[in-house]
Amino acid sequence: MSIRERLSGNEAVANAMRQINPDVMSAFPITPSTEIPFIFSSFAANGEVDTEFIPVESEHSALSAAIGAQAAGARSLTATSSCGLALMWEMLYVAASNRLPIALALVNRTLSGPININCDHSDSMGARDSGWIQIYSENNQEVYDNFVQAYRIAEHPSVRLPIMICQDGFITSAAVENIELLEDKEVKEFVGEYCPENYLLNSRQSQSIGPYAVSAYCMEAKRAQLEALKNAKQVVLEVAEEFAGISGRSYGLFEEYRLADADYAMVIIGSAAGTAKDAIDQLRADGQKVGMLKIRLFRPFPGEEIAAALKNARVIACMDRTESFNSQCGPLGAEVKNALYNAGQAPVVINYVYGLGGRDVAVENIASVYADLIGIDKTKDAGEKYRYLSLRD
Amino acid sequence: MAYNFKEVMNKTERLAPGHRMCAGCGGTIAVRNVLRGLRDEDKAVITCATSCLEVSTFMYPHTAWTDSFIHNAFENAAATCSGVQTAYSILKKKGRIDDTYKFIAFGGDGGTYDIGFQSLSAAMERNHDMVYVCYDNGAYMNTGIQRSSATPMYADTTTTPVGTVSNGKPQYRKDLAAIIADHNVPYVAQTTLLKNMRDLHEKAEKAIYTPGAAFLNVMAPCPRGWIYETAEIMEICRLAVDTCYWPIFEVIEGKWVLNYRPKNKLPIERFLKKQGRFRHLFKKGHEHLIAHFQAEVDKRWEALLVKCGGVGGTGGIGTLSHSTSQEI
Repeated sequence: MSIRERLSGNEAVANAMRQINPDVMSAFPITPSTEIPFIFSSFAANGEVDTEFIPVESEHSALSAAIGAQAAGARSLTATSSCGLALMWEMLYVAASNRLPIALALVNRTLSGPININCDHSDSMGARDSGWIQIYSENNQEVYDNFVQAYRIAEHPSVRLPIMICQDGFITSAAVENIELLEDKEVKEFVGEYCPENYLLNSRQSQSIGPYAVSAYCMEAKRAQLEALKNAKQVVLEVAEEFAGISGRSYGLFEEYRLADADYAMVIIGSAAGTAKDAIDQLRADGQKVGMLKIRLFRPFPGEEIAAALKNARVIACMDRTESFNSQCGPLGAEVKNALYNAGQAPVVINYVYGLGGRDVAVENIASVYADLIGIDKTKDAGEKYRYLSLRD
Repeated sequence: MAYNFKEVMNKTERLAPGHRMCAGCGGTIAVRNVLRGLRDEDKAVITCATSCLEVSTFMYPHTAWTDSFIHNAFENAAATCSGVQTAYSILKKKGRIDDTYKFIAFGGDGGTYDIGFQSLSAAMERNHDMVYVCYDNGAYMNTGIQRSSATPMYADTTTTPVGTVSNGKPQYRKDLAAIIADHNVPYVAQTTLLKNMRDLHEKAEKAIYTPGAAFLNVMAPCPRGWIYETAEIMEICRLAVDTCYWPIFEVIEGKWVLNYRPKNKLPIERFLKKQGRFRHLFKKGHEHLIAHFQAEVDKRWEALLVKCGGVGGTGGIGTLSHSTSQEI
């Protein structure tokens, strides 16, 4: 039976952690994710979880300790944002290479500089090639649901990779919404015990982790890692199906919103998808054939499925909440165009950068994007294909 | 328990032969003898910072470690080890582990004094039940002999090269053992490779079996960086101690104990002369550099004597306390 609650995104994810009751959490405070370790610490302080909390001195050590704990055979996790994730960078790759299914609750915040505490996706997008599974959430319910599913995906024997569950800083992390929690028992049963095959504290077989690999082995190791990441796609779907069975809430690789017959499609990530849905409803009421594809799984990138879902769209807007300083596209734009090209589809794609450093995204801003797409279709003139949305003069 | 050399030497070797460390490397000797501090019946997880030790002992698909071993990165051996130890603590509590495990992290001086300092300081402050062992060869040897904050003054390194206007590293070394002692951890000790290694064996055992965080600083000469004939390693270590360049001490629950005081404190030249990295100090006209080095050694030695409750001055009072290590 589900429990109705009013929780912020941070409270939602902290509650998912409490229900999972992992073995070790190491974390360091950084806005806007700080609430997660501090709420979780109070669970630990009050005996509501068995978890050992390591109050480390930096995010680098947070992930380093999580790597040590996970390698030792303990289910481990951490939480961070922005520069905290940047400080973990080096260790993100090591966690993935060592095939350690650590869960990281990421509350997206812009990377410095200038220093800014609000949302954009520059932190997680910078880490997109580190070998982690990345799942993004639109609202507090999704953050909770995604975190409950995280270990099942990460720990799957065909995957065994770390996973990052992302939500938008402040927009969902601080905003309180009505959500439904599962019973503690349901979550525990769904997630199950962590039973690794190989780990440091296995008394039957000692193990060495983190080797020096010369050129004769390094490339094969990367290729094997890629195979595991590719496997995650199918596992994400299987876990989502099982999760739907206990929660009644369905998830896929991405969400399509009024997309099937849409001439004008938007591909977007995170909380702004909610705003886009309102804009779409208004435009649909006016007879405009607009729709949206909301990314859930970004790593591995389900390119074939996304290209198939976009096959009817004539003009597409890729919405990037980060600037990747290559002067032609953002990371989402690059992925989507790559997928379309590989599928032999050639719609017009306009890449927008929006919402940097917490810049507000309102229904009318999204509506203006659709107006652009419709105009391009009419005039057959795409104009500038890499644009900024809601930039002040 | 009384020290029994034969017993210690008959313990199972935990670092298997066949690794790729250099002949005459002090690091390997330090590691093998630290591992003799473990009781045969206990298991261990070894953490290692990126270093010569790591790349030479765990080259895929071979490992020289009979215990479980984890290498993570350069600057985070202490944090990694703290994670492993915390995992043990919770899994033990949950009844998932029956054996007794001990936790030892190894790092070179670069990975310990410099880039790993923050991680080390924090793990010590959190007082994890672990031992951090620095095998201090006084430079970044793995990358090709660059200076670290452990490098002695005037050493010729590849980032403090001796040149027409340079006499090597301008600064004296950081006193890391004292800094860690100021964290008020239960046990800190400094030693090196001496005689039959009894001092190292005993300190390793104390460090491993003292509950809480412990730090062991072991001077471990490097033939490539220090430039000496490999057979001379033990003599160099003895001279480091007898010149008081490398004092042998313990800090037990905050109490400083000097383990060895040379009857005749030798001049620092005796230590420097053996090593090619100080060759330039013996050129005519560089006598003042050696005098400067000597003055720094003296100053630090006097300060140490005060900390250890000894009398100042350089008179030979003989060996101080530490019942087990008087025979150094």
